[in-house]
Amino acid sequence: MEQNNIPILSLKNIVTFVNQGTPSATMILKHLNLDVFNGDFITVLGSNGAGKSTLFNTIAGTLPPTSGQILHIGSDITGESVEKRSRFLGRVFQDPKLGTAPRMTVAENLLLATKRGQRRSLALRQLKQNMPAFKQATVSMNNGLSERLNTATENLSGGQRQALSFLMATLKRPDILLLDEHTAALDPNTSTQLMEQTNKKVLDQKLTCLMITHHLDDALKYGNRLIVLDNGQVRFDVRGEEKAALTKEKLLSFFGDIA
Amino acid sequence: MSMIVSGIGQGLLWAILGVALFLTFRILNFPDMTVEGTFPLGAATAVTAISHGVSPLLATGLAFITGALAGLITGLLYTKGKIPILLAGILVMTACLSINLRIMGGANVSLLGKKTIFSSHFLQSLPKYFDSVFVGLLMIVIVTTLLILFLQTDLGQAFIVTGDNPVMARSFGINTDNMTIMGLMLSNGLIGLGGALISQNNGYADINMGIGIIVIALASIIIGEVVFGELTLNQRLVAVALGSILYRFVLLIVLQLGFSTNDLNLLSAIILALCLMLPSLSKTLKLTHVFPKGAGSNGTK
Repeated sequence: MEQNNIPILSLKNIVTFVNQGTPSATMILKHLNLDVFNGDFITVLGSNGAGKSTLFNTIAGTLPPTSGQILHIGSDITGESVEKRSRFLGRVFQDPKLGTAPRMTVAENLLLATKRGQRRSLALRQLKQNMPAFKQATVSMNNGLSERLNTATENLSGGQRQALSFLMATLKRPDILLLDEHTAALDPNTSTQLMEQTNKKVLDQKLTCLMITHHLDDALKYGNRLIVLDNGQVRFDVRGEEKAALTKEKLLSFFGDIA
Repeated sequence: MSMIVSGIGQGLLWAILGVALFLTFRILNFPDMTVEGTFPLGAATAVTAISHGVSPLLATGLAFITGALAGLITGLLYTKGKIPILLAGILVMTACLSINLRIMGGANVSLLGKKTIFSSHFLQSLPKYFDSVFVGLLMIVIVTTLLILFLQTDLGQAFIVTGDNPVMARSFGINTDNMTIMGLMLSNGLIGLGGALISQNNGYADINMGIGIIVIALASIIIGEVVFGELTLNQRLVAVALGSILYRFVLLIVLQLGFSTNDLNLLSAIILALCLMLPSLSKTLKLTHVFPKGAGSNGTK
């Protein structure tokens, strides 16, 4: 049924190189095809070098593909910059340092996030007016962030920073949310907590989301669709009940080295 | 006494350079060498315009524009030409030497007998050196107020985040190239403005007046940070102005000790080097209780 709709994101025959123009140029994505539909919560598995991060960088616009086409609800965005794509794209990086501005406060970071993809004008920033909303948004993360709205993010813990990054990426509802192993750098407890909050928010707000993970358990537990990248292509793609029925043993029997 | 008044006046006039450099050095997080060219460029623009009969106020405004244009070129070389910022700045600074000679038609131009912004009846009626205190204070208050207002706007916040985390800035739709170019234009425009004011205060423009400018401007930033410690961004801009005055006092003291004005660049470099080393020096010498927490370490990470 979903398949009859226009995909929210469509990758057609994508070829992406890294280190292009240098002797170490390597083809990472090899004629990859992927359609992402509204409401998809896709967990992305694959061994190191399979192309998971390159896939995200290609979607976000950091790495332009050498050939192929990227469509956002049917319109070609292959040549669009990272800045331009941010109007419909939210992203959380693996490195807690990448997602927030260290010398700006939690509230200032959130304020920047409310204007994701918009033109910035000479209008006053209206930080005070937004404080109640920020308080409310951070309370939901349940990790002390709401008490630290006026703290510079460089003074936050890694877990608080990632929670903030996640909040920022979803504060203004994105058409597509990219989560690049966003809990990998955190300790097990914090990681689990953030995963649970992520899951809750994605389901509550019916976000369309791609999440890279190295944890088979997480990949099976969360989301309604699972893909496995291998050698620059989507090798395995299950959804719905088929995904729910999938077990770790089954997955490992197909792919010995996917995670 | 008049030495102190003169020091405050000079400090306030030169403070504009410190505040201007703050935009690139502390907010965008890189050293912009262009200023060594845009300072004399602003001076050359203003002095030449005045000597051709342009009103001093308009001439000072023109200096802002030529400075901003030089900043634009550095910005384009850096963001579009992918030339490292240090080199881009040095290229424009070098090019400015020729441009300045073209503008002035020689190595220096005097303002002797010409009307400058310091020639107004009101300023002339003030006691000696109070004219530069008045003009310096007025300008630094206007510039700092406008900058503080600007930094509180959406555009200003986008500018700050560009220096703080460009990857994140882009992922939220901020065109970091444009922000960088804007910052360089604003900063160098203000440097040009400073050049225009200082050359009118001195009564001449000289091709070599840009030498060592970046060190002087940095000194006011660093001294402000060392003395006042951890502050908010807005307070830090004010601290730069105060740092500029303190720097003038240090120079006065050093001159009183018997050094000549020829030694000034050496002394400036030594003062700046000492201030920059202070965080690590105070750690090794266990001087942490002498200086406020966080002194000199702001934004150097």
